[in-house]
Amino acid sequence: MAESKVISDCKVVIIGGSAGSLHALMDILPAIPRIDSFALVIVLHRRGGDDQTLEGLIKIKTKIPVRIIEDKVSFLPGFLYVAPSNYHLLFENNDTLALDTSEKVNYSRPSIDVSFESAAEVYGKNLVGILLSGSNADGTEGIKAIQKAGGTIIIQDPASAEMPFMPNNAILNTTPDYILNTQEILNFILSINN
Amino acid sequence: MIADIELETFINDVYEYYGFDFGSYSKASLKRRVTRIFLLDGFTNFYDFLSKVKYDPEYYKRVVDEITVNVTEMFRDPSFYKIVRNEILPVLATKPFIRLWHAGCSTGEEVYSMAILLKEAGLLDRSLIYATDINSKVLETAKKGIFPLRMMKEYSDNYRDSGGQQDFSNYYIANYGNVKFNQDLTAKMVFSQHNLVSDHSFNEFDMILCRNVLIYFDNDLQKRAISLFDESLSVLGFLALGTKETIKYSIASGKYKQLEKEKVWQKVK
Repeated sequence: MAESKVISDCKVVIIGGSAGSLHALMDILPAIPRIDSFALVIVLHRRGGDDQTLEGLIKIKTKIPVRIIEDKVSFLPGFLYVAPSNYHLLFENNDTLALDTSEKVNYSRPSIDVSFESAAEVYGKNLVGILLSGSNADGTEGIKAIQKAGGTIIIQDPASAEMPFMPNNAILNTTPDYILNTQEILNFILSINN
Repeated sequence: MIADIELETFINDVYEYYGFDFGSYSKASLKRRVTRIFLLDGFTNFYDFLSKVKYDPEYYKRVVDEITVNVTEMFRDPSFYKIVRNEILPVLATKPFIRLWHAGCSTGEEVYSMAILLKEAGLLDRSLIYATDINSKVLETAKKGIFPLRMMKEYSDNYRDSGGQQDFSNYYIANYGNVKFNQDLTAKMVFSQHNLVSDHSFNEFDMILCRNVLIYFDNDLQKRAISLFDESLSVLGFLALGTKETIKYSIASGKYKQLEKEKVWQKVK
């Protein structure tokens, strides 16, 4: 299934997840050698406060250079970005990132919906959105927005997710382009723009 | 979400009718905030919303209050407050009188946090905290010092993580689901409306706090705000920003010295 549609004009891959998604990411990230033609963004539910444990953990597991997100940091292909704790991550028209401390959405800040919707606004059909394991409804509205804007959406197969609620909820409310397990998600990412 | 062209129309009309310039605000966040209030108030047509904003000044005020982000908490980022407690207050303690400015204070939770630190350092009696915001409604809340009781567990944890050793509940009285912070804290605060986009410097300060406000501004407006802080800061005074903000792009290097990796800068000349 993953081979049926070739993604050739992708600028951004954005991955959202909550409970159980870190394990999935740790299966996927170490096997990606490099990404030259697009940027990779990870939005995970995480504890509040100024905490960089997640960035540290991801840095150890990936060969892709990780750029720490600060206000208005430039957003470039080839790099991996992690939404910081206690901020919503937004995308500006001029390829920079913006942060926002407004109300939590789906009890979460960062919220997957907020980042997915904002990325869909700016990157439209050049966006691939991937939703992983989780036990909360966050992500569904964001996935919808990406699809509406012409992007590609991939949901982790609930059978392979530690916490199937989040992918199930997205599958019930959208028509995903792909439903894949972590190995298939990895293969998909490796095929992008090739 | 509303379209880019609708956002531009909103920005232009608000400027034309009320003189308020959202043009230098960060677009991604502004678009989300305008969309939020548009949906929250049940509009389906953008031009109905726009004419209500233009012709109903009360509604315009509501929209501005709702667009500006007013989410805050006590001792947000406890590690920052630990630095204030251990490294900044001992320096400020050498002054006969301490003036602080909390710019963009919202409902005041961080102002009360600072007052508690000053009190514990024995400095509150000779301190004055000027707390400003663009939004008059949040200042009313801040002045009262009344916050929801349900937040106190989290704030008490933050307080402890910032190095606080007292019983946090000594600082307030609980009643009907709210708490009111003690009068001796409020007595050292001066609240007033101030707009970082258009207003000028109004005093000289030993410490300026402006945390998670500049993220809503574009680079030009950030520069303006930081030069306003620079004009308002005494030599050896401290400027504190949010954990993801920087002065790096806005001011000549060498004029400020950063405290290790913290988002605190000391003006050295």
